[in-house]
Amino acid sequence: MSDVAREAGRGRGGREVLPFALLLPSVVFLILLIVIPMVQALLLAVQGDNGDLTTEHFQRMLGDTAFRDALRNTLLLLVLIVPLQIGIALAMALLVHSRFRGHAWFLYIYAIPLAVSDLAAGILWLSVFTERGYLNSILQGLGLIKDPIIYLSYESFGTILGAIVIAESWRATALVLVILVAGLQLIPRDYFEAADLFGASRLRRTIHIVLPLLRPSLQSALIIRTIFAFGTFAAVFALAGRNMPVLAGEAYSWYANNRNAHVAASYALVLLGLAIVMTVVYLRVLGIREAERTR
Amino acid sequence: MTMRLAADRVLVYGSAILLALWVLVPLYLIAIAAFSPQNAIYEYPKRLVPTELSAETMQFFLNSRGVLPSVVNSLIVAAITIVLGLGLGAPAGYALARFRFGGRDAFAVLILATKMFPIAILSIPLAVTFLQLGLYDSLAAVALVHTAMALPFIILVTSGVFVSVSQELEEAAQTLGCSRWTAFLRVALPLALPGLAAAAIFTFVISWNETFAATILTLRTRTLPAQVLTSLDQSPLYFKFAGGLFMVAPAILFIFFMRKYLLNLWGGR
Repeated sequence: MSDVAREAGRGRGGREVLPFALLLPSVVFLILLIVIPMVQALLLAVQGDNGDLTTEHFQRMLGDTAFRDALRNTLLLLVLIVPLQIGIALAMALLVHSRFRGHAWFLYIYAIPLAVSDLAAGILWLSVFTERGYLNSILQGLGLIKDPIIYLSYESFGTILGAIVIAESWRATALVLVILVAGLQLIPRDYFEAADLFGASRLRRTIHIVLPLLRPSLQSALIIRTIFAFGTFAAVFALAGRNMPVLAGEAYSWYANNRNAHVAASYALVLLGLAIVMTVVYLRVLGIREAERTR
Repeated sequence: MTMRLAADRVLVYGSAILLALWVLVPLYLIAIAAFSPQNAIYEYPKRLVPTELSAETMQFFLNSRGVLPSVVNSLIVAAITIVLGLGLGAPAGYALARFRFGGRDAFAVLILATKMFPIAILSIPLAVTFLQLGLYDSLAAVALVHTAMALPFIILVTSGVFVSVSQELEEAAQTLGCSRWTAFLRVALPLALPGLAAAAIFTFVISWNETFAATILTLRTRTLPAQVLTSLDQSPLYFKFAGGLFMVAPAILFIFFMRKYLLNLWGGR
């Protein structure tokens, strides 16, 4: 009976067709929704009105004053946010992994921002950083300032940047944390016990044993976070409005406000290109063999 | 030695609590901001423990033009995304869990790549395609993009779920006369339901939060984040705060229900 049932899943020649039939719908769907739009983005960016090849749209994007600012701000945010996140997430992950009583609850609390959108995170921190917000209220209450500080005006680039860095670090640290905790769980317990046996201090154990073994997870966290950072725009809009152009925000406003899909698609291609370049850089720098093992 | 242990413990709990406050304090602040009366929003300096709570600000937000319809739209998009995503992804997850076949590794790489791929950005060229197809400014268009974003996660979670449901039980049912299909329906599926529900919840969170594609692909049929984002310029602070809390609240609740599966989503395997 079971043979009959199993035969049902086989095509001619004894090869199973069932798994492929089960996979096919999602593969087709992903190709339709990813590969085709990518080709379309390329066409939009390089085609003129009558279908001829042109660099007009790219030139328009590059000639736009906001482009250089957006590129600089996007990279600046990346450089500031990613190390901060990795640091905080690593501290959280190592704490949770030490399995103190109640660690599961702390893991849940630390993971909450995973469910918060960048728009909502921006608004959350807006309540802290507005002129009459909570930060100024606390500083005033402590007698540290006389008048409220204006953090989010276009004249104060540094504090706007700081506010966005904090909002984005707050939100996406959870993502890095989850990757690192999963990575820590893959490290056999014996390694820790051996280190203890030889009297290694916690710090030395972390530096010499945990970090090298955690490298594959750190690497995927870096790649995923970097790619996601290129897409940041809603938190920036919520905190800074148009005072802080970023690449994804420019792509959005070229499409939604200027109704120019060609320039918007050029921005999209720049973002995709950056994502691919950064991935390759990370894989080169951190070693490609580890990357294969993370799978 | 006991002194060192005690000091250790203070250090561990001290830093754990400090990090928890870093996560929780902003959530607390937006909650009291959203439940303060409207005039209290402009009060300065603000109190960290509110003297007066009121639903006035929340009501103002919910009664603002376009907000309730956008909440309904968000729910519809999430529902379509869940049905479509699980319909496409659960069979793939089952295949990954149960079969060794050629191309399995290639498929795993495809999933890994799409998990990281900035799909939202693709809504710009997709908007042009959807215009041609007459799908632009429709909830279906948004749901299609959300499904593409959620699909890799759904496949990962469901494959983890089916791995944990014993294959022997299914085979036993087949030796007792069930076909492969009824064995799946009567044995594997009921056991997998809690895990599948978690996958559905996570899909909900992805769709409920997604802003970029939803804003690009719609003009009038806005989802909630699209509605809030496009009205940021002209809305008062209390509208934003109430909106912020309203968007965050269900997400927190839902992540609680699927905390067991958090590590499956992004972890190595």
